[in-house]
Amino acid sequence: MAGGAATGGHSVSGAYAAVRNWLLAPSWITIAIFMLGPVLLMAVYSFLTKEFRGGVIWDFSLASYDQFFFDRGLFGDEPPTLRWTYMAIYLRSIIQAGVATLLCLVIGFPTAYFIATRPVHTRTIWLFLVTIPYWVNLLIRTVSMKFLIRDTGPINEWLIAFGVLDTPIKMINTDFAVQLGLFYSYLPFMVLPIYAAVERYDFSLTEASADLYADRWTTLRLVLLPAVKPGIIAGCILVFVPSLGAFLAPDLLGGAKNFMIGSLIEEQFKGAAGNWPFGAACAMVLLTMVLIAVFFYARQQARSAEAGQ
Amino acid sequence: MTSQSPSTPRTAVDIRDVEKIYGPRDAGVRALAGVSLSILDNEFFTLLGPSGCGKTTLLRIIAGFETVSSGSVFLFGDEIEDLPPNRRPVNTVFQQYALFPHMTVEENVAFGLLRLKHPKAEVAERVRETLDLVRLGEFAQRRPAQLSGGQQQRVALARALAPRPKVLLLDEPLSALDLKLRQAMRVELKSLQEETGITFIFVTHDQEEALTMSDRIAVMSRGEVQQIGAARDIYDRPRNRFVADFIGETNLFDVTVEQVNGDTVVCRLPGGRPVEAAASGVAAAGKQGHVSIRPEQLALVKPGGDAALEGVIDRTIYLGTDNQHLIHLDDGVEVRVRSQSVEQDAEPFAPGDRVGIRINRGAARLLVD
Repeated sequence: MAGGAATGGHSVSGAYAAVRNWLLAPSWITIAIFMLGPVLLMAVYSFLTKEFRGGVIWDFSLASYDQFFFDRGLFGDEPPTLRWTYMAIYLRSIIQAGVATLLCLVIGFPTAYFIATRPVHTRTIWLFLVTIPYWVNLLIRTVSMKFLIRDTGPINEWLIAFGVLDTPIKMINTDFAVQLGLFYSYLPFMVLPIYAAVERYDFSLTEASADLYADRWTTLRLVLLPAVKPGIIAGCILVFVPSLGAFLAPDLLGGAKNFMIGSLIEEQFKGAAGNWPFGAACAMVLLTMVLIAVFFYARQQARSAEAGQ
Repeated sequence: MTSQSPSTPRTAVDIRDVEKIYGPRDAGVRALAGVSLSILDNEFFTLLGPSGCGKTTLLRIIAGFETVSSGSVFLFGDEIEDLPPNRRPVNTVFQQYALFPHMTVEENVAFGLLRLKHPKAEVAERVRETLDLVRLGEFAQRRPAQLSGGQQQRVALARALAPRPKVLLLDEPLSALDLKLRQAMRVELKSLQEETGITFIFVTHDQEEALTMSDRIAVMSRGEVQQIGAARDIYDRPRNRFVADFIGETNLFDVTVEQVNGDTVVCRLPGGRPVEAAASGVAAAGKQGHVSIRPEQLALVKPGGDAALEGVIDRTIYLGTDNQHLIHLDDGVEVRVRSQSVEQDAEPFAPGDRVGIRINRGAARLLVD
């Protein structure tokens, strides 16, 4: 935009382009400062030295990454061996988030399909019903979930009262509790994009499939699912990513031994025991993993698109 | 069915007293009000009618997408109304094609054959054959979005033909194409039907489409079949006012029957002249009805003499091969007359002229309902 940007085109379209760029400027600047900025800041912090009362000292250091990947013994003087502590937390987080995503998909897909196949004027009502619980604060909802599934919660009490159980099922402080909490927290993020995809789906494709001798299961597998795949992928990303970084559900429902990435990072920034550079490094490792995954996914998409030519 | 002699063709689809009511039985919408018809094997049969006449509902009932409220549907003698669509040996060409967007042309065409568990090699062979039949062999690896409307149409056709259905159902398949392509596809569809020997049931609201392709046509209106017959039959001998009006163009005159002479009747036209008309249905003297005369069966002549009607030319519309004249009769009735267009200077009558109208012999037809 600096002065006479050489457009080489028509003067009118040049002027139009200039106006358009100025109108976009607030968005660009906001994204640059408030979305990219914090990420870059964390990237820089992860290479600094920790200060004991929280905060950082501006000395370049690889100590955080070293701590993440390698074990050098209690006093840091032994030869480095691979450290599994943090990687195990990451692996558990990926599994927990993955199971939660799968749960959301299994429950969310039929829900979205049901809503998208209602008469047009009732769909909004159904969608609103799905989102109602989400007007309540996440913390409150997670705590309620804790009350619901604890040993003396209504589920266990009723099952015992009706004679189904003798002793309560252990649900609280288990992996299942965390998965349930994550599932409950993020279900609408699965339902909404799938709903949007199914709503755009051309149901004459289902008829065509049945007309060509496919049973319902085959039609689902070969026609409906591929057609709404973009919605499913969007839903899975929208559930998986926040689940991976969640700390409320693991903290409140998972107990001490079901530690996840979110809690690990949260701890590094809390109080005097914190280690900002290490917390930043943990976040950077996660981001790098996601970027690698996105890269491979995009490459595979590009390849299959090429194969379709 | 095997004992029938070749001179009486087999019935492919038999519709018996089929009713379709959407909503509660006594208060719902009657889409089909008791339709019965038989479609013969190897026939190009067309269901023709305005939108909302029930033609598409009837087609969807044959395909299995809709259930009947009452009545039965037979396919080559077997009752099929309880079978789901995927168990019926019929295939459909959908109005908007409904091609699977994520599959190639080849995969689309193979879909039905694979579901029928044909061996892989046979499927490949049959797909190639069918694509050649619709001249799309070189597009086998494309996806539907990479094809033109006309090509997509032919893929839809190939996909429905590949499993060699006993009956092919076509739901206004040409309506999304432009005029030139539509005309070409009419010829192509007709020859495809003859080549494959498959019974085609074709739904359209376009009478020209129906007249050019069909062996027989069922004209439908308000959920009922108005008339079934060959194109010529329906055009020349419409059974009622609706058919006469819907198929082609016609002039309808309110008349009272004066005299019955066997198959013909004498009625009095506006202006007082008598006209002899072929009678459809039972006609008796004194009965009210309409006389239908096609515009091309009328000719402009000098007033007086043997002219059956007289009036003033209101407008002449040039239609390429024809001219259409709008004539106001003395009592206000408007009559349309078609004449072959000649050079402009040679046209003997101009708007504002008083003219007589001659009726071709045998062109008038009495319609009682």
